[in-house]
Amino acid sequence: MSCTSDTHCITCSDEGVSMRVIELLGDGIACCAGADGAPAEVMVDLVGPVEPGDTLLVHAGGCSPNRGRGAAAAMKYVDEYRDAELGRVLAGEIVAIVEPGREYKIMEVCGGHTHTIYKYGVDDLLPANVELVHGPGCPVCVIPMGRVDDAISVAHIPGVIFTCFGDMMRVPGGSGTLLEAKARGADVRMVYSPLDALRIARENPDREVVFFAVGFETTAPSTALTLKRAKAEGTPNFSCFSNHVTIVPPLRALLESPDLRLDGFVGPGHVSTVVGARPFEFIPADYGKPVVISGFEPLDLLQSVYMVLRQLVEGRCEVENQYARVVPADGNPAALAVLEEVFELRPHFEWRGLGFISHSGLKLSAAYAELDAELRFEIPGVRVADPKACQCGEVLKGVIKPWECKVFGTACTPERPIGTCMVSSEGACAAYYNYGRFAREREVV
Amino acid sequence: MCLAIPGQLLEFVDEANRLARVDVAGVVRNVNVGLLDVDGESARAGDWVLIHVGFALSKVDEEEAMATLRMLQGMGADYEAELEELKASVIE
Repeated sequence: MSCTSDTHCITCSDEGVSMRVIELLGDGIACCAGADGAPAEVMVDLVGPVEPGDTLLVHAGGCSPNRGRGAAAAMKYVDEYRDAELGRVLAGEIVAIVEPGREYKIMEVCGGHTHTIYKYGVDDLLPANVELVHGPGCPVCVIPMGRVDDAISVAHIPGVIFTCFGDMMRVPGGSGTLLEAKARGADVRMVYSPLDALRIARENPDREVVFFAVGFETTAPSTALTLKRAKAEGTPNFSCFSNHVTIVPPLRALLESPDLRLDGFVGPGHVSTVVGARPFEFIPADYGKPVVISGFEPLDLLQSVYMVLRQLVEGRCEVENQYARVVPADGNPAALAVLEEVFELRPHFEWRGLGFISHSGLKLSAAYAELDAELRFEIPGVRVADPKACQCGEVLKGVIKPWECKVFGTACTPERPIGTCMVSSEGACAAYYNYGRFAREREVV
Repeated sequence: MCLAIPGQLLEFVDEANRLARVDVAGVVRNVNVGLLDVDGESARAGDWVLIHVGFALSKVDEEEAMATLRMLQGMGADYEAELEELKASVIE
């Protein structure tokens, strides 16, 4: 049979359409037919094995061969979505709703979202004029090097058992990592939960047990409840080195940043479970930009991007909640109450790549001062400039993409990270390195 | 560390400290469910919850729990690492 499309090359068009495989033509090309029955040649070499009868989402947002291949690669992931057909429909609706010639820049704030986007090729399902920018929502990535050095300094104090989450062990400070400190003799232990750190304190009454607390409002209530229990039961050898941060101040800083133009936000899921939707209302109110709080499945992200685009196209801006099945509008009152009791805002806190941001960090409140490691131990308060070659700051601000960093994938890899964004699996660089186009293009080569 | 994993609450083991046994993909460990104490209501045996660093963050229905679990399993190594960390956890 003849397989030609007399109107246009389907892989170069800007459409996202559902097509059925009719015949395999070899060399990674298949003859496919859309709803109108018209045949077209489609590159399928990255979709994995396809057979006549399979349904593919054929979408490409540009004419470069790589883009076409990227789009084909994304198709196979659609079948892994909770509702593959809805995924196809949404991708098609996104293509249909955007205005040609208008550029859309949407920031996904949460590192978990970044992970899903690369893992499931969500960005490859979007038209070329819709760009997802990765924001500063990975808690490990935003820790400045000086705080890691401070942590290492505490870990080396004789008698201290220093506890932290697994991700933090590999984050480089100016003088190495906690993992290296452990190799040099410091008693550094990885814990799953701050409550594990508290148990270690109970089991070692003659040792000082310090918990290295990091994370946004998702994680801070867990530290707060742990401190509350430590205080109530009287575990005097337990203390907390707090590096907790809050999500709103960095977003405001980004919106004030002159070198970044954003059109809207995909808001964080788990953070919003705690804080609710209200804290994000300043974004439409003060900056006229839409926010859609999103779940973590690829379909959630696709739908949230569609909702942001729909607001933009309709000239609206408000906070919408795509993840209402988990995120209550008012957040979690029990979590907010314990945060209020145990923590207070620092006047300012340093963020990796973003500098000092006012009222963005949490320290222990006066009522919990006795459990504050920063008061119990001498903390050097190290300030370390980021390595010159490392561009984590620009990645965190969304000014450059991970692969545009000079050391991405060469000097800086997940095995030997220079910057924080390459450490955590939620970091934009690690997510892109593991799942992104870079890996796919290498496969092609 | 940023993952929230679904688990099913089996029973309370320490009411005062809000600790309950949960089953997370076959791994049974203690977690704190105190953040779900809202308006006189609290989590109960049989409830599905999303767990983050040893604390139940929110209640979800079974369908949502299953869908989240499928997605996490699809993540491969990162999910496996999180489960290994959970296995090493002894909250009491």
